[in-house]
Amino acid sequence: MTGRVEGKVAFITGAARGQGRAHAVRLAAEGADILAVDICAPIDSVPYPLATEADLKETVRLVEGLGRKIVATQADVRDFSALENAVTAGVEELGRLDIALANAGITGATPAEALPLQDWQDMIDVNLTGVFHAAKAAIPHIRAGGNGGAIVLTSSALGIRAMPNLPHYVAAKAGVIGLMRALALELAADRIRVNTVNPSVADTPMVQNEAMYKLFVPHLENPTREQAAEVFATMNPIPTPWIDAEDVANAVLFLVSDEARYVTGLEFKIDAGFCLA
Amino acid sequence: MGRVENKVAFITGAARGQGRGHALRLAEEGADIIALDMCQQLPSARYTMSTSEDLAETRKAVEALGRRVVALEADVRDEHQLAEAFRAGVAEIGPVDIVIANAGVALFAVDQPHEAWQDTIDINLTGVFNTIETVVPSMIERGAGGAIVMTSSTAGLRGILGPSRGSLAYVASKHGLVGLMRSYANNLAAHSIRVNTVHPTGVETPMIVTPSIDAFLEASPELVDHVTNPMPVGLVSVDDVTNAVLYLVSDDGRYVTGTTLTVDAGFANKN
Repeated sequence: MTGRVEGKVAFITGAARGQGRAHAVRLAAEGADILAVDICAPIDSVPYPLATEADLKETVRLVEGLGRKIVATQADVRDFSALENAVTAGVEELGRLDIALANAGITGATPAEALPLQDWQDMIDVNLTGVFHAAKAAIPHIRAGGNGGAIVLTSSALGIRAMPNLPHYVAAKAGVIGLMRALALELAADRIRVNTVNPSVADTPMVQNEAMYKLFVPHLENPTREQAAEVFATMNPIPTPWIDAEDVANAVLFLVSDEARYVTGLEFKIDAGFCLA
Repeated sequence: MGRVENKVAFITGAARGQGRGHALRLAEEGADIIALDMCQQLPSARYTMSTSEDLAETRKAVEALGRRVVALEADVRDEHQLAEAFRAGVAEIGPVDIVIANAGVALFAVDQPHEAWQDTIDINLTGVFNTIETVVPSMIERGAGGAIVMTSSTAGLRGILGPSRGSLAYVASKHGLVGLMRSYANNLAAHSIRVNTVHPTGVETPMIVTPSIDAFLEASPELVDHVTNPMPVGLVSVDDVTNAVLYLVSDDGRYVTGTTLTVDAGFANKN
């Protein structure tokens, strides 16, 4: 049976683990080759461990295990030249580019008044400028294919509905929606579609860590995953504490496949109803 | 294994157009179908509406895919007819997992009658309400979750199509569905019943590809921007809407609720 993205090539940032890895695996299972990028290094202002080289290697192993090709490069989305070089080299090896998933992102947990200026800057640099860099690096290659294409920018349910105590995250994710709208208009004539995915809390290392537990469960000294789950569940009208990375991957797969060939300019919520409540 | 294997879908407006497309694709992906349609000519419509033969054609096409199907004539404006069709459908096919409230009319035309307002509201808005009210109690009672999709439109997000009674009614009814969807999504989330709208731009169906719509648009050249998409396509195909519906009602969309899913070649984003 032909895969839903058979023969396409997808560029994915933040692909070492979490949602990025889920996208790589889901698209590979449906017939795509993968051009994977991740920083695989810590950022000083980020209060939880970021992905490692070993994580990226695991993504490579999973994609190859599905019988698809993958080119994996360690690169920081804040460094446009590094990203551009990674994409150019990857496209040379894989032959084309159809899909870009600007997924790399970080989070933080500090109210505005206490937020160090460097934390603000790092957040905007990674979650907004980094997304722009990924799209900008991909667009010429997708356009050159002449077959249209699909770009998905990873925003958040918090790009639509705010919460207190992570203003830099909320601002960056709302900015991603504006960027998506502009790119969708710019690229429509070339049949390159641009959408955001807007997940609520997902079961990934970005959420499942002490810093995030302390943000969402401030009344407990050392909250556990189970205690955090109880609090997260209160935010979702559908009875679940979080969604899985695979739920976002399923939405991404729909958006980048030909099934959605006329879907562009859309904020796509995968949020268990978070934005409704 | 199909993407909606062994689910039962209750679809209104299933005799042709988008409704038939949804019925066939869901059947292809393993669902059994309860297909409803009015199969009558509405006096205020200036295009040919579906017939009993159309509904029979949908029934045969689902059967040819090897799935079970019950095709019933019922008017979504009449809650008693809906209740009877629902009872008969469930008796034969089994409990409903998926509702596609799709039946709708477009009564904007050069010579539209006074009834264009009320008929549109009755079918496009009240008809969807009636459809959901008919099925939802059984979904809650069964406790197995479910998915509801309402067919709205780009006219459910933007004030397009000009000042005619039929246009205003169409825009108002399709906007009304968004409010209905949001409330149902909130009210039903605790039961894991998801509710979403789809918002197509113009779709290549007998409701749109018809001389009365051509004449209406020719007589209203100021509306050209209201029917022009950023992507280079005039009308999208039924399949494009069906693919979105299939995603929403399948387990791929198990945490997707309260969304307005546009299938509009970028239309809503340009205004």
